[in-house]
Amino acid sequence: MNALILALAYLRFNWIRSLVLVAVAALILAVPIVSQVLLSGSRAALTDRAEATPLVLGSRGSQLDLVMNALYFSADRAEPVTMAVADAVWDTGLGIPIPMNTAFETNDARIIGTSIDYFDFRNLQLAEGRGLAVLGEAVLGADVAARLSLGAGDTVVSSPQNLFDLDGVYPLELNIVGVLAPTGTPDDEAVFTDIKTSWVISGIGHGHDSVLDAQADEGDIVAAASTLQFNRITPDNIDSFHFHGDPATYPVSAILFVPNDARASTILRGRYLDPENPVQVIVPRDVIGDLVDRIFRIKTLLDAVSLIIGTAALAAIALAIFLSYRLRAREMQTAFKLGARRGTIMRLLAAETVILLTSALFISFFLILAVQTRGDKIVAWLLAT
Amino acid sequence: MIDLTDVSFAYPDGAFRLLIPALRVEAGEKVAIVGPSGTGKTTLLNLIAGITVPESGRISLDGEIMSDLKDVDRRALRAGRIGFVFQDFALLDYLTARENILYPYRITSAGTLDAAARDRAATLAASCGLADKLDRRPGALSQGEQQRVALCRALVMQPKIILADEATGNLDPDNKSAILDLLFERTVAQDASLLAVTHDHDLLSRFDRVIDFAAFRQKTVAS
Repeated sequence: MNALILALAYLRFNWIRSLVLVAVAALILAVPIVSQVLLSGSRAALTDRAEATPLVLGSRGSQLDLVMNALYFSADRAEPVTMAVADAVWDTGLGIPIPMNTAFETNDARIIGTSIDYFDFRNLQLAEGRGLAVLGEAVLGADVAARLSLGAGDTVVSSPQNLFDLDGVYPLELNIVGVLAPTGTPDDEAVFTDIKTSWVISGIGHGHDSVLDAQADEGDIVAAASTLQFNRITPDNIDSFHFHGDPATYPVSAILFVPNDARASTILRGRYLDPENPVQVIVPRDVIGDLVDRIFRIKTLLDAVSLIIGTAALAAIALAIFLSYRLRAREMQTAFKLGARRGTIMRLLAAETVILLTSALFISFFLILAVQTRGDKIVAWLLAT
Repeated sequence: MIDLTDVSFAYPDGAFRLLIPALRVEAGEKVAIVGPSGTGKTTLLNLIAGITVPESGRISLDGEIMSDLKDVDRRALRAGRIGFVFQDFALLDYLTARENILYPYRITSAGTLDAAARDRAATLAASCGLADKLDRRPGALSQGEQQRVALCRALVMQPKIILADEATGNLDPDNKSAILDLLFERTVAQDASLLAVTHDHDLLSRFDRVIDFAAFRQKTVAS
């Protein structure tokens, strides 16, 4: 007990060195396990969602970008296709196409313009409010709602697509009508609207009404480059909203396709095999399977690097503790001169190491616990960024 | 009571040899040791405390033959019977003055750290003028104050043998006198033997006996 009291006093007196040692030791202990937890979580999240999504149609190009954007709402987007592609696969009668427009964001959450079928397909349940009904409405994923402290009855404004898009359209204020129950998937980090609403954000559809300042009262009309303005869809102006051009040409980032059966899936894939066709059909499970294989091949390399770095860091800690012993040599000599037994002196030194390592163990334990508890959310966030 | 007979000691390099045919300090006696630097005064205190072991001869403390004891028993005897004021104070920079005084209780089993021990530490500190500085660490104390803390640590376990290596070396005249008063008072109160190394010839008249240590040192000639 006295050894612990003295060791604590010593560590408190040298608190900066103690904190650094504890933090480094905790990280050395926690990082391999945390990375293992996150990698396993990522693999499960990637694989589960890929396996739950039979087919994705999109622009020919990077299959990975297409899948990552359509399934995990990542920022990397393939070139959009048109609504005509969705109409064409609908006309085949082979299954249900679910168009998605993922071009926009609000408050660092991706806006997913889609059809009502998406909610059924992903089996998304409402925790609050109701589903999408009219233009300008949004349903929030559980994490977005929690992060922004928003619920049904609140509003969010879409972010400008590009800071330098000076001649672009004004953002759109979305009326939140519902919040989804948490799923532990990227859906928790998304804001869902009808795909037509996403086209209003992109300026294809618009109303003939005033542009509003973020701080403006009703009735104030403001339109100046120096102020932030946005469009708002209200019961009074909703009828004035309309779309220009052929609906078949409207952009779609990707189309999820739910075939009626395996045969329908094979037939549809066969129709898009031609490399000259600007549209491709991909099986997410295959793309993600390749990705996971690569990640785990890289992980083997990372494990080796982690082992080397961990060993070096452990050696540094051992050196720091050894130097601490050297610094305390005079104290040990004093203890000896005062009559302390050899065992007592060893306990005095060991207590310092025991306290440091125990603290590091506790911190790493809670770090691992925190990551494990929030693993789904962290993985969803990692996949979306 | 300290009793040395035919004690011989040499450092491994052989350049220094100490020979003490006989030296006796009775209980309650206050003895000063003087002599030039390098004559082995500190070595003598270390031999008596069992910190170093003589080549030959006998060192007896209160009837216990220190020179015959094993290391573990020498440590126990040192912890239980000897109060040592070191020349370099040997205070721990991470402990307060109070905890430094009580340090022997933390590292030995010679005494129990109870309320009486804490009271004794506080009383000793007060008598050395440290009452308001007990919560300061050595870094926040002057040299003289650190020396007084070291003195309190040596006395807190009420030892029967007090060894003081330049215990008044860094003190001003008033404090020297006060510290010597305290050392003498404790020596008498505990019927202890006091052996104090000093270079301060003004204080020698206050001791019962003065030993000039130059006579005990022999320089050896390498053969």
